[in-house]
Amino acid sequence: MDLRYSPEDQAFRLEVRTFIDENLPEDIRNRSRHGYGHRKEDIVSWQRILNKKGWAAYSWPTEYGGPGWSPTQRMIFQEEIMMGNAPEVSGFNITMIGPVLMQFATQAQKDYFLPRAANLDDWWCQGFSEPGAGSDLASLKTAAVRDGDDYVVNGQKIWTSTAQHADWCFVLVRTDPHAKKKQEGISFILVDMRTPGITVRPIISIDGAHHLNEVFFDNVRVPVANRIYEENRGWDVAKFLLGNERTGIARLGKSKERLAYAKELAREVQQHGKPLIEDPAFRRRAAQIEVDLKALELTQLRVVSAKKKEAGKPDPFSSILKVKGTELLQETSELVMDIGGPLAMPGWAKELAAMSNEPPYGPDWAPAMAGPYLMMRAASIYGGTNEIQKNILTKAVLGL
Amino acid sequence: MDFELSEDQRLLKDSISRLLSDNYSFAARRGYMQEANGWSRKLWDQYAELGLLGLPIEEKYGGFGGGPVDVMLVMEEFGKVLALEPFLASIVLGTTAVKLAGSEAQKSMILPAVAAGQIKLAFAHGEQQARHDITDVLTTAKKEGNAWLLNGAKSVVLHGDCADKLIVSARTAGERHDAGGLSLFLVDGTAAGLVRRGYALRDGSRAAELAFTNVRGEPLGAIDGGLPVIERVIEAGIAAMAAEVIGCMETTSAMTLDYLKTRQQFGKAIGQNQVMQHKAADMLMSMEQGRSMCMLAAMMVDEEDREERTHNISLAKVGVGQAGRAVTQAAVQMHGGIGMTEEYAVGHYFRRVMTFEHLWGDCAWHLAALAAKIS
Repeated sequence: MDLRYSPEDQAFRLEVRTFIDENLPEDIRNRSRHGYGHRKEDIVSWQRILNKKGWAAYSWPTEYGGPGWSPTQRMIFQEEIMMGNAPEVSGFNITMIGPVLMQFATQAQKDYFLPRAANLDDWWCQGFSEPGAGSDLASLKTAAVRDGDDYVVNGQKIWTSTAQHADWCFVLVRTDPHAKKKQEGISFILVDMRTPGITVRPIISIDGAHHLNEVFFDNVRVPVANRIYEENRGWDVAKFLLGNERTGIARLGKSKERLAYAKELAREVQQHGKPLIEDPAFRRRAAQIEVDLKALELTQLRVVSAKKKEAGKPDPFSSILKVKGTELLQETSELVMDIGGPLAMPGWAKELAAMSNEPPYGPDWAPAMAGPYLMMRAASIYGGTNEIQKNILTKAVLGL
Repeated sequence: MDFELSEDQRLLKDSISRLLSDNYSFAARRGYMQEANGWSRKLWDQYAELGLLGLPIEEKYGGFGGGPVDVMLVMEEFGKVLALEPFLASIVLGTTAVKLAGSEAQKSMILPAVAAGQIKLAFAHGEQQARHDITDVLTTAKKEGNAWLLNGAKSVVLHGDCADKLIVSARTAGERHDAGGLSLFLVDGTAAGLVRRGYALRDGSRAAELAFTNVRGEPLGAIDGGLPVIERVIEAGIAAMAAEVIGCMETTSAMTLDYLKTRQQFGKAIGQNQVMQHKAADMLMSMEQGRSMCMLAAMMVDEEDREERTHNISLAKVGVGQAGRAVTQAAVQMHGGIGMTEEYAVGHYFRRVMTFEHLWGDCAWHLAALAAKIS
């Protein structure tokens, strides 16, 4: 047993870090650091920089144009991306639809879609959840009815992140409403977002921003050729998709970066005439987060290294990573916001400045402190709520 | 990075696990507590036969030449059955001090005898006034002619009642809280002027209060240079006992799970209630996070960089302490009334974990140490 990274892994980390340092445009980095998030054009241009280097499809094997990295290298890569405040590589493209295409698609589909997904020529989104099918995903109702060489799709998806940017959507539809089990009547199809009959309606989330959407399908014609795998076997595809790369969901690097940022701010912000970082309550909170980060990091390494031995099967332990990882994302975003105190509360500072030509209210970082905290409440809801993760542990590990 | 055990480590784990499962039922344990000094002499001899007592001792001193990971494996097995024998006190704390501070002659005299089960050691450092502050030492040692004479008192000395040789810290220079001026001494368990009062801790394991009146001691390591050794002995103790806590968590979790599956209320197993299932899932998550931190501690025991070592040991002490508390408190709660009883094992595991938390710096202490380093 040896918990240290090998010299090769350490050299790899340095290589990734150096590449990010040298190639990530400064404005993109700063927007991320200050909590403003990444704009579409930032994400696209960065993913293309990575793709040129051969790193965008970081989890893919070499035969599909990926770098062929080990699970440990992939983990290091993701962590460095997050710690370096670079846009994260599109999960929809690289870790969700990519592996599904490799596993189930025709050669023609692979040849067409995979290189475009890697280069973000196509922005993918995920059409899974519905108003009546959240955690209970298999209850979905969006219907696809065969008509010649097409399916005619009618229904509604919801919580569709970044649908407003998307070129394509992978969608779960009901193709057999009479199947004995609800899981058995579902198919997995690829839908061009420009197809007539699709309406994307924004959902503004509690951070005041537009990440989420409703997507309506009104007699949308999708070629049967765009179905992945067999008709009514889409649940198998969905399970495969959700079982992939679950370790990434902990987003450990992001929490590490947020803690580092919090300390940086706390050196700047004063209280009682002293930097906040000297406040024992702040220090203790940061220390507790450090403890929890370390435990998560090592647990993640255990899951990743166990994965090497038994590939292709989702490890129920990755549910631990989801729960603990999202708790840390929430705690770190809360810590950052709390540093701002009352300055973190105004949400209108930027708009006001833009309207009046006055400089923004407060320091650069102030207006964007509460947004990530508010949005991070979603972390324990998306990707299978943390309660669902506990159900998984209960069944798969504890046998209750 | 590699989380796998070697073949030798697997064999070690299996053999100790078999020995303990054959001999350490909860009822048998109760019997061992009634023996002299509160543990099983017979099992101690069997540990010696298995080579366990020489586990972390170099082969040239008759040991097995194992490292902190081997100690971790054994301690985890001890934790699963709440073993009472003085392994932690003698084989972990005692030999670590001798290995780090002893002269060649001292090592050759003591370590082979420890490995063979002929003598037992104890580490006598804590004092009543000191709480968690390891520099707070009032016991003194003064040189009179050729002899060093110790005066003072030591408190909650693990297995201090049965040790043949005590490793005692004493102030040879400086004031009460000074980091310098501490030294270690070897003191015979039967030395004149030494009064030992043994007792059981809340978890049933043994400890002692020691009083020294002009007791002769033999220097172990450099005079005034004791603190770095004391630190590392304590760190080795934290890492080892963390593994014991993992073992305690495993058993209490298994017992709780079993109880959830069998205990019927309202016409069904209580484990069919989602609120209980989620508590069980929380226990599992805490245990696994704790296990990760226990591994961290084991990896750090031999780390030469002091800053790196103490930082990570503090992280691990907090991580395992909090996990242990969460898991064993939940185990008592989920058992309901039976978990509150002396006759049921869960409460005993709970108390062993509680002891770990209060030795060598509790969670608040180590969090404060970590917080002091935030920059």
